[in-house]
Amino acid sequence: MTDRTVTLDDLRRVLRECAGADEQVDLDGDILDTEFSNLGYDSLAMLETSSRIEQEYGVKLDDDTVISATTPRAFLAVINGA
Amino acid sequence: MTRTLVTGLGVVAPNGLGLAQWWAATVHGVSGIAPVSRFDATGYPAQLAGEVPDFDPAVYLPSRLLPQTDHMTRLALVAADWALADAKVDSTALPEFGMGVVTASSSGGFEFGQRELQNLWSRGSQYVSAYQSFAWFYAVNTGQISIRHGMRGPSGVVVTDQAGGLDAVAQARRLVRKGTQLVVSGGVDGSICPWGWAAQMASGRLSTSEDPSQAFLPFDARAAGHVPGEGGAILVLEDAEAARARGASSAYGEIAGYGATFDPEPDAEWPSGLRRAIDLALADAGIVPDEVDVVFADGAAVGALDRIEAKAIAETFGPRGVPVTVPKTMTGRLYSGGGPLDLAAALLAIRDDIIPPTVHVTPDARYELDLVGAAREAVIRTCLVLARGHGGHNAAMVVRASN
Repeated sequence: MTDRTVTLDDLRRVLRECAGADEQVDLDGDILDTEFSNLGYDSLAMLETSSRIEQEYGVKLDDDTVISATTPRAFLAVINGA
Repeated sequence: MTRTLVTGLGVVAPNGLGLAQWWAATVHGVSGIAPVSRFDATGYPAQLAGEVPDFDPAVYLPSRLLPQTDHMTRLALVAADWALADAKVDSTALPEFGMGVVTASSSGGFEFGQRELQNLWSRGSQYVSAYQSFAWFYAVNTGQISIRHGMRGPSGVVVTDQAGGLDAVAQARRLVRKGTQLVVSGGVDGSICPWGWAAQMASGRLSTSEDPSQAFLPFDARAAGHVPGEGGAILVLEDAEAARARGASSAYGEIAGYGATFDPEPDAEWPSGLRRAIDLALADAGIVPDEVDVVFADGAAVGALDRIEAKAIAETFGPRGVPVTVPKTMTGRLYSGGGPLDLAAALLAIRDDIIPPTVHVTPDARYELDLVGAAREAVIRTCLVLARGHGGHNAAMVVRASN
């Protein structure tokens, strides 16, 4: 289990810190069900992000599971269920 | 055979950020060599560097690119943006497989790599950035430029130390001749960080002077090594017919000739290959030495190497037979960025009919060189650029007016 629940805002912050933000995308908008690829994040950006979340929130994430979680909603479910 | 034109230039140099600022400084003899500021160099034998001033990457690049790029890649991306804008190229309007990228590199992204190595040993492998997988890599500038501008044609990287920038442009010309209509080429380099510094000191060729006006003195009796710098130039090379077809209105000049050779081992009985590289480049351009208006020398500032270069020049052109200049006395040696920056200087010398100076140097008379100590006005149509890389690489390139 994570030390505490990771929220969408937490994820937004980590994404910005690890991989920046695409200028065409409103990361603060309603993005829960938007594919990461449509938010401008490739698989490497997601590996970087998951690695940072592991460090910050004391959770262990499987790389394949991370890659298969293609939206913020799915990714947060993986993190908070781990 | 098709002609390869240079239609765009982007410059990031220690004595000027951007083509106009750099060229104005260069013609006026303004040096960018100063004490190292990118890290605390106190206690290191070498204290001076040529650092690109006033570069804030966030001003020029999207935030998506910042976590995944080394300092020198950011400089390269900005130089490429400027070169394409200078050439008035709209990369979205050209066929993606008709555009390639060939840059040179000498060390890759050392500053990024150092930080991740520190993360590895001090915190553990899970703290190493996923972007380390490519951010350190020799080919990273080529890859990032290719991705940013959607250029999917033939691409690559050349690694031959200081000769690499000319070798890359030569490879770009080969690709143009084989049918790629546009190739982004040149080189931007830099590893002014403790790890990079230690690696460079191992060459034994870094100046230990603390006086910026005394530290890098090629062809001077006081020569005692070079000052390292960062930066370089990116060039847009185009097939002349294709450039005309897309509506390009002008070009800086033509890549007219090239030769590359490799030196024998240091104690061999046969001579350096530099003279042969010059001969090959002149023959490739179809010209005789008299047609060369100025030579941009490599300028190692190591006695034995200066002697070889001066001899090759004097034998080719006659004693004091051609103006020779080393504008890199204002920037330090930029490794793979050095040759492309000299190509940019040569092309602007052609445009403006002026030879930029070699600063701070009192030429050793034994070298029999007409070393240009103050900017000199002259009709310039053809330039020879020389670059020599550590380990024996010699490259010579001829650029000339395209009209």
